[in-house]
Amino acid sequence: MMPITPYHYLVLAAALFAIGLVGVMVRRNIIIVLMSIELMLNAVNINLAAFSYQLHDAAGQVFAIFIVAVAAAEAAVGLGIILAFFRNKETVNIDDMNIMRW
Amino acid sequence: MLEAIVFYTLATFILGFGVMVVTTKNPVHCVLFLVANFLCVAMIYVLLAAEFLAVIQILVYAGGIVVLYLFVVMLVNLRRPPDAQIDTRRQARVGFVLAALLLAEISAILMYSAVHPSSVATIAPQVASGGNTETVGMLLYTDYLVPFEVASMLLLVAMVGAIVLARREA
Repeated sequence: MMPITPYHYLVLAAALFAIGLVGVMVRRNIIIVLMSIELMLNAVNINLAAFSYQLHDAAGQVFAIFIVAVAAAEAAVGLGIILAFFRNKETVNIDDMNIMRW
Repeated sequence: MLEAIVFYTLATFILGFGVMVVTTKNPVHCVLFLVANFLCVAMIYVLLAAEFLAVIQILVYAGGIVVLYLFVVMLVNLRRPPDAQIDTRRQARVGFVLAALLLAEISAILMYSAVHPSSVATIAPQVASGGNTETVGMLLYTDYLVPFEVASMLLLVAMVGAIVLARREA
């Protein structure tokens, strides 16, 4: 069996990112779209941790922590927007979210 | 060899749970698969010698963000039909089986470490030396102090924004 190299982690992260991208594109429930975005952020974090391991430099992990902080902020604001929208329109389907469309 | 086995197992679980998150119909199940996915990613971080990141992943993602999602899913999912057809006795049986499996696993680990005390002793010095957490903390508070403060400001703004957005109009 081949030894595990950083490329394995990169391939895993790419696959996870692709899954998240499919979720963003395909699902119509906005909460699940946000969850798919979290999957993609996780894929990026795996990349950062893999490079940090490869280069023996902890800076990658520091950036991964920043990404976690941004993801938390994104989840809080995004879910707040969803709640406000649901209170007005009684739906979470992104096809119904076209008030601002020109 | 061992690393390869662990990696491929975790990769299978991560991708499998990821696909389940994207394909499952019930949003509550989606959130639960997301938790499982995040926990497996945390184990990948341990494999990559990023223990502090793994702890952050469990505390912030699996503990905080996912609970937020679960709250919103349950607030928003009002029109779901009541689950009259769920067999609670079957659920209870599954629960007992899972609890028994967990107990058996913990007992097996305890007995193994009682029989082979060396396997426990070899890991301890690594953890005691501070290691990963100390390195990341030093970087975070020296080289990356300004981004760290910016991130804290971002979190503050996000917190205020979320409260304002979710507040009922007074």
